[in-house]
Amino acid sequence: MAKTPVQFTLNDKETAVFVDGGANLLDVLRRVVGDLSPKYGCGQGTCGTCTVLIDGEPRLSCLTLAETVSDQSIETTGGLADGPDLHPLQRVFMEQFAAQCGYCTPGMLMAAKALLARNPNPQREDVIEAISGNICRCTGYEPIIDAILDAAGEMRGRVS
Amino acid sequence: MSLHKGRGFACINYPIGMNLGGDPSQALVHSTPDGKFMVTLSAIDLGQGMKSVTRQIAAETIGVPVEDVYVDTADSDTGPHDMGSFASRGTHRVGNAVIQAAKEARGVMLEAAAEELEVNAGDLETDGHGNIHVKGAPGRTITVEQTAIAAQFRQGRTISGRGIFLIPMSDVDPDTGEMTPVSCFAHAAVVVDLQVDDETGEVEVLEVNSAYEVGRALNPKMVEQQLIGGAWMGISHALYETTEPYYPNRDHGPTDFNQYLMPGAGQVVNHNIAVLERPAEDAPFGGKGPGEMCANPLLPAVANAVYNAVGVRCDTLPITPEKVLRGILVNGGAQNRGG
Ligand code: FES
Ligand code: FES
Repeated sequence: MAKTPVQFTLNDKETAVFVDGGANLLDVLRRVVGDLSPKYGCGQGTCGTCTVLIDGEPRLSCLTLAETVSDQSIETTGGLADGPDLHPLQRVFMEQFAAQCGYCTPGMLMAAKALLARNPNPQREDVIEAISGNICRCTGYEPIIDAILDAAGEMRGRVS
Repeated sequence: MSLHKGRGFACINYPIGMNLGGDPSQALVHSTPDGKFMVTLSAIDLGQGMKSVTRQIAAETIGVPVEDVYVDTADSDTGPHDMGSFASRGTHRVGNAVIQAAKEARGVMLEAAAEELEVNAGDLETDGHGNIHVKGAPGRTITVEQTAIAAQFRQGRTISGRGIFLIPMSDVDPDTGEMTPVSCFAHAAVVVDLQVDDETGEVEVLEVNSAYEVGRALNPKMVEQQLIGGAWMGISHALYETTEPYYPNRDHGPTDFNQYLMPGAGQVVNHNIAVLERPAEDAPFGGKGPGEMCANPLLPAVANAVYNAVGVRCDTLPITPEKVLRGILVNGGAQNRGG
């Protein structure tokens, strides 16, 4: 099958790959590029664990055609940490036990990152809204919501 | 339309582990040449923290910092045999096996240190920071790392230990019908407050108050997260989740997350938890582990609260709006009961 060249930035790094027609972005990230941080949950847009940011917007990578992301910027959980320094969201998730099995975590982190970029001072309802497309089977959501609110507070403190 | 408030109570006496022909767990502990310790298990961590808790248990028993212990649950082919992570047995069964293995490894470590320091192993103690010294003479000391190096390269000794914890098969007494399948029980009591809409049949849980008795909470933060998440799962089973169709034909059943009902982040309920610690005698450092018990009592408590609110006694789960409405219809209206 003919392959299509696609070029994009992945976590600020120029990335160029050849993709099969119809290939979805999640598969391309995991199998072709080798970034295993976005997870495969349902493969049909209902669980949210494959969430990545495309030009800053949270998108389900399992439902995104890889060919459509040319020249766009893609962010995944794999790019959140700065060397050994975890992103505040990652650190607060860890410190406050906002993960058990961890399967939902990459999607939660990316949905939260997008929220905090557009609204640095979210209310509880905003957080709930932002992660409403992400299923978590283990935590009962409460620790995740609290962690995102606390990380937001910490990140505001850092900027000002 | 009106909303009816109800309160339901349930408690549980929960057996830890199971007994189908005996219930064993094994653990192997060995030191690396640089004085770190590897715990090899075949029971896995499903996310509730068995790896962290067995790591704490091993570090405490060997007498080294928790950072110096690794837990490997990679492969049940190459690891020692274990029945597995189920029946809320992880902390209790696996933890006890780890204690036995860690004790044996500690014994060898002290013998190796004794040979280096030219004293009796019985005169040595660990400080929990990676050092071994003579009791009452902290100056006569050797690090765990130096001990491991000496054992490996000079003495030709493996600092290692084997552990097994077995609850033996308990047969039913043919005369009395009695048996003793488990050695330890955890307990919980929960109160659920909810409201029922008598027009739509919808049930909304408003608050949960609970007390869980888990032996000693070996890692309090992880116990709390497991209780919160588990209780949420219980509510979810009580009110939403089923793979069976609501209507006669199986084809009406859910096939994916679009149709399989689960509460989301918007349905989080305020949950106040009291953890009661009564260390159990045969449990590792007294910890029984919360396990399945976090979820179970929520189901009858929700059912009781629905009965209290509108007088409908649902005896099949989940308690769907349809069942509530049919019950109200049969009763000739919503009636507050049992309160
Ligand atoms: S894998 Fe994409 S939404 Fe589940
Ligand atoms: S931590 Fe297991 S699904 Fe969220």
